[in-house]
Amino acid sequence: MAHSLVPVTPRWPGVAVAALVLALTLGTLAAVGWRAEWVGGLAPADWAAVRFTLVQAFLSALLSVLLAVPVARALARRGFYGRDLLITLLGAPFLLPVIVAVLGLLAIFGRGGLLNDGLVWLGFQPVSIFGLHGVVLAHVFFNMPLAVRFILQGWLSIPAERFRLAASLNAPVGRLLEWPMLRSVVPGTFLVIFLICLTSFAVALTMGGGPRATTVELAIYQAVRFDFDLGRAALLACIQFGLCVVAAALAWGVTGNDPMGAGMDRVVQRWDLPRPVVDYAVIAVAALFLLLPLGMIVVRGLPAFPDMPATVWAAALRSLCVAIGSAALCVLMALALALRGGAMVSVVGVMPLAASGLVVGTGAFLIVFPFVRPADVALLVTMLVNATLALPFALRAIAPTVDQINQSYGRLGLALDMRGWTWLRWVVLPRLRRPLGFAAGLAAALSMGDLGVIALFAGQEQETLPLAMYRLMGAYRMETAASAALLLVVLSFALFWICDRWGRGRVEM
Amino acid sequence: MKNTTYLPVVAGLALCASAALAETPVLQVMTYDSFTSEWGPGPAVEAAFEAQCACDLQFVGAGDGASLLARLQLEGPRTEADIVLGLDTNLTAAARETGLFAPHGVAADLDLPVAWNDADFLPFDWGYFAFVGNAGADAPASLRALADSDIQIVIQDPRSSTPGLGLLMWVKAAYGDGAATLWADLADNIITVTPGWSEAYGMFLDGQADAVLSYTTSPAYHLIAEEDDSKVAWSFDEGHYMQVEVAGKVAGTDQPELADQFLAFMVSDAFQSVIPTTNWMYPAVIPAAGLPDGFETLMTPETSLLLSPEDAAAMRDAALDEWRTALSQ
Repeated sequence: MAHSLVPVTPRWPGVAVAALVLALTLGTLAAVGWRAEWVGGLAPADWAAVRFTLVQAFLSALLSVLLAVPVARALARRGFYGRDLLITLLGAPFLLPVIVAVLGLLAIFGRGGLLNDGLVWLGFQPVSIFGLHGVVLAHVFFNMPLAVRFILQGWLSIPAERFRLAASLNAPVGRLLEWPMLRSVVPGTFLVIFLICLTSFAVALTMGGGPRATTVELAIYQAVRFDFDLGRAALLACIQFGLCVVAAALAWGVTGNDPMGAGMDRVVQRWDLPRPVVDYAVIAVAALFLLLPLGMIVVRGLPAFPDMPATVWAAALRSLCVAIGSAALCVLMALALALRGGAMVSVVGVMPLAASGLVVGTGAFLIVFPFVRPADVALLVTMLVNATLALPFALRAIAPTVDQINQSYGRLGLALDMRGWTWLRWVVLPRLRRPLGFAAGLAAALSMGDLGVIALFAGQEQETLPLAMYRLMGAYRMETAASAALLLVVLSFALFWICDRWGRGRVEM
Repeated sequence: MKNTTYLPVVAGLALCASAALAETPVLQVMTYDSFTSEWGPGPAVEAAFEAQCACDLQFVGAGDGASLLARLQLEGPRTEADIVLGLDTNLTAAARETGLFAPHGVAADLDLPVAWNDADFLPFDWGYFAFVGNAGADAPASLRALADSDIQIVIQDPRSSTPGLGLLMWVKAAYGDGAATLWADLADNIITVTPGWSEAYGMFLDGQADAVLSYTTSPAYHLIAEEDDSKVAWSFDEGHYMQVEVAGKVAGTDQPELADQFLAFMVSDAFQSVIPTTNWMYPAVIPAAGLPDGFETLMTPETSLLLSPEDAAAMRDAALDEWRTALSQ
């Protein structure tokens, strides 16, 4: 491992961040468990929830990755007008609040949606979207774009020199270059998506059509809010962590080492490409699948847009501040962890994904409550928790490049006695710009749409945009809520676009 | 030079003002989110009560009705809340069991369709659960007829939503031991179950379902706020289960007089007249000016169903098992 070989940056920032992440994940869990009166174990229904959770998360992750590979390949080897915009837009579904995305999906795949209208017009029976297939469809809609982005980065990290060499030797690019790259990128991507789906709750219930689609996270909700059985909630949260550890171990077991080595950061030219028809067809289908529901969200939100009350705009401003703060925090945390490197960091980097949002919120509440009024620290806690929850994605984007930089230039840095800030400034950061921008954008947008923690802490004065949207819905104002949702999507997307755009600079992606 | 002489005066005034502010007693009312939102009764209630109490009324929002109780249990005896407002009768047994509540001590003439004699919890509004559909479409006349039809409905999950729990109790109150059979027959009518009321109602308005579990008062919102009479609540022969929303005084309150004053205010005209067009429920005491125009058009059930808090708590877990088994087939 190159990072242990090259001690070019101090290790303490990484250790400090790891401690913070552990406090927010396992620490909050311990707080909940400590407060619990342990009365009974798990019910049979809880085990049914574990089974369903595993099945849907596995299928969702598998399908997301399988579909993402051809899309990423097509995007990696074709240039066309609007490609940059499309790649950025691919980030959008992932950033949507659940209910917004569900209503967007239903407008296409639900009753009276475009799909069923089309089927009826062609003389077929309409199909129901609700069930396991609906859960998987929604999860693929959310996560496939993320998989595309991660895998696309893998493709683009193959140095141009390799393609040149392969072309001059007439060697098979697929087997020699692309397959090893996929083996190093795909397992991690699968793991991240598997874990996201593992903690899914509202999507699974709503699209799953009923209580057979109960996930572990919903069982935790029931334990906390319906039975007030914190012991069972803590047990279920432990199971979620256990599943996470097993999945992570399996994923690392099949991860290949990326033997690409260093390049000169040249623009990739390809000589081995088949006819472009298939690639463009793949891109078109993926774009339709992802962009049509987004389009429906715009259509639904436009009519009441001018009538949005001032409080929604105030909430939007508050959300923007929280998002920018948590993005900055998240990127710093990810950078500290990535520079520290090592197995511990890999574990810490996926922990937040396996954490139950409700347990984190409840635990944080229990920790904070004896000392301060929860509403007073609502925005601060939200910022911190959101930064932590986005950390796995940021780390996923940054860490491979940092490792690569260490492997390729570490010895050179050591030989030149280039350390600490100088090393960061001249070697690491310029090469990290692209993943840093992507990570910051993702963290900002994720924080923008988050509803988990704020709902437990916020009073009237700390209302964020997602909370304002839910309050509008709760007051029958569905059209205004749709407009607030549109505003949320536009702002999240703008934040993401600005950061991502900065990251890509003038370098061709 | 003149300014310098004013400076101490201004500073003194500011000091007095902040001292006066610090002495204003604060009454904390913990309630569900949609009560405190700018669309809910919260702002009007706050203004009206502060006009008469020389105090600062602060709302602490905590998710929906179910998370309200969980929040209170999390905070335990250390809670700063003086009043908890927004529990319903399906939750009051558990709330009473926490031992955190004191008797409300208010003798009010309530306009409820059922007798009320709970010493701890005082109602502030109520409503009937009902399925809301589109005017002119097929409307079944009972739960049984709905189960036998192929009408598509969307309901809420009883584990995460108070209307969802209400439907569970509705079926139990109407069918008793036959509840499991009714759920089994209803299963193919339920296109999906949502975590909360908002998601379900949004899906219904989007045309994803023929009807949604809501309240008989829901059409009043569309009629009064949107001048749209296309939504109707279906009247069912078995009767309609009620939701009675109550408030209680926290035993450990440091403002017992203010808390009593608030509970008395809660069943007065100033509070009650705000309820119909903000919470879209029936007021617990009909205000002197009567109900707003439009409420007379609402469907009024012939039979009101309501389990006692103790019965509701005792039946809850078994009813939930029946529901889950029937809908998981």
